[in-house]
Amino acid sequence: MAEAESLAVTRRWLPEALMTLAVWGSALLVAGIFLWLLGDLLWRGAGHLSWSFLFSSPLNAGRAGGIAPILVSTLLILGVAVAAAVPLGLATAVLLAEFLSSHSRFGRLVGLSLDVLAGVPSIVFGLFGNAFFSIFLGLGFSILSGGLTLACMVLPILVRTAEAALRAVPDDWRLAGAALGLSRTAALRHILLPAASSGLVAGLLLGVGRAMAETAALIFTSGYVDRMPSSLFDSGRALSVHIYDLSMNVAGGDGNAYASALVLIGLLILINGTSLWLAEHWLNRRILTP
Amino acid sequence: MIWSKRSTSSPSRADARLAGLCSAAAGLVAAILLLIVLFLLHESRPVLQRVEWLRFLTDASWHPAEGLFGLAPMLWATLVSSAGALLLAGTLGVASALFCRFYAPPSASRWFRRLVALLAGIPSVVFGFWGLTVLVPIIASWRPPGASLLTGILVLTLMILPTVALIADAALAAVPEIYLRGAAALGMSRSGTILGVALPAAKGGIIAGILLAAGRALGETMAVLMVSGNVVQMPHSLFDPVRTLTANIALEMAYATGEHRAALFVSGLVLTGLVILLAMVAARFGEVRHHG
Repeated sequence: MAEAESLAVTRRWLPEALMTLAVWGSALLVAGIFLWLLGDLLWRGAGHLSWSFLFSSPLNAGRAGGIAPILVSTLLILGVAVAAAVPLGLATAVLLAEFLSSHSRFGRLVGLSLDVLAGVPSIVFGLFGNAFFSIFLGLGFSILSGGLTLACMVLPILVRTAEAALRAVPDDWRLAGAALGLSRTAALRHILLPAASSGLVAGLLLGVGRAMAETAALIFTSGYVDRMPSSLFDSGRALSVHIYDLSMNVAGGDGNAYASALVLIGLLILINGTSLWLAEHWLNRRILTP
Repeated sequence: MIWSKRSTSSPSRADARLAGLCSAAAGLVAAILLLIVLFLLHESRPVLQRVEWLRFLTDASWHPAEGLFGLAPMLWATLVSSAGALLLAGTLGVASALFCRFYAPPSASRWFRRLVALLAGIPSVVFGFWGLTVLVPIIASWRPPGASLLTGILVLTLMILPTVALIADAALAAVPEIYLRGAAALGMSRSGTILGVALPAAKGGIIAGILLAAGRALGETMAVLMVSGNVVQMPHSLFDPVRTLTANIALEMAYATGEHRAALFVSGLVLTGLVILLAMVAARFGEVRHHG
């Protein structure tokens, strides 16, 4: 009798304990591996990191020297991507959120193509960028080709976040604007866009972070050249491509690859952290009056 | 002209101009996808004219110099590595989400969530680099050569785990509080509540997250390229070096010309097709969740 009872207790207690063990075990495993990864990068990268690393040119295929031209190329590629994607993305988001009803066929078509675009693998963007920007439009391996390819890649994020930011502005404000006789253009400029600005900036930073992490789309569009670019038509090596090249093609490049990875992660944490912070904290929306 | 009903309140000329401008921009954005598909088709035409579609998928040999463009070994490598990574990342990711929601003390759960969000932003090339310098030597000392299907699966798992964990966490957070209170009122144990109430209620969201992660795994290039060994062969064991479709494009695009280059664009088409298929399935799950 007592034995049967203790068996029943065990039967109730055992799965509970197993489940707790499995969940805690998985979480500790995940946290452990990731701390290992981050710690390893810090441990092996920090020694190579210095101001002169950031401000000098790579020597001996990147084994020695720094990453100055690579940082410049990365910023230029991102600049091109942002300059091309932001106007297009913002205009599309304004159309979707402000001008079209949710049943509009055109709006649904645009939304569907954005959703598919968001899933297209980055290497396919690289193929397309190579065939279209580099060869068809004759831009060659250049910062311009790479930036425009990245612009196509981050458009879905930009449009979707901007659309969500605009939709989050209460409809009352639109009605109030209309009641005051504001045209929709004026309402957008003076009320809606300022009110949505924190969301818009957060989305932009998210897109920039995504573009900065990208490698595969850039290898065949902006190329490998690690000299300081003198114009947007020059080939320029992005930071992520630099890490790839140092670790795969350059024997003895691991030290500088670690340091570059650390720089890249640092920049990304800065960008993504700001984006998160903006999305969460910048709630006191300010309306600018002309 | 596109006008919604809301816009009739202020029929100004500036508004018409703005709407026209925005429509043009949206048209351009929608055209990008079309342009991508058209260019992929155009560039792969030289080889599509000569070789039948199915032969790409059934032929087992990839010898570009001799005009043999079988994608099968690489397609299998892509599918097997993604499936393996999904299995691991799905289990660990859902367990991580359960940890955050049901097991961890609030402060631990906050830190864990921050860690996972941080990892979601780490670039694939860094995961690949770490895999190459840390994981490959460890596995090589156990079963050479080290750069293998297994390493590819492990690195892919780390890459997609944050996606699964964050989406599963959101899906679990969306389970109505009243379900959990009901379970507590019935005297259900914690594991009973999770298995019987929370997970079934969050099923749709979790599956959508896993499908999203599957798309990322199929399309991932750098991480698998750097750790999988890149030998074109059918994967027979976990310790064989393999080459995925994406890695093949990245490796050979630099010097490919003519039909060889066209064949790489065909593999781009195959990848895009796979991902679109996945997106459609995911959309179906989204719909089911909506009605259910």
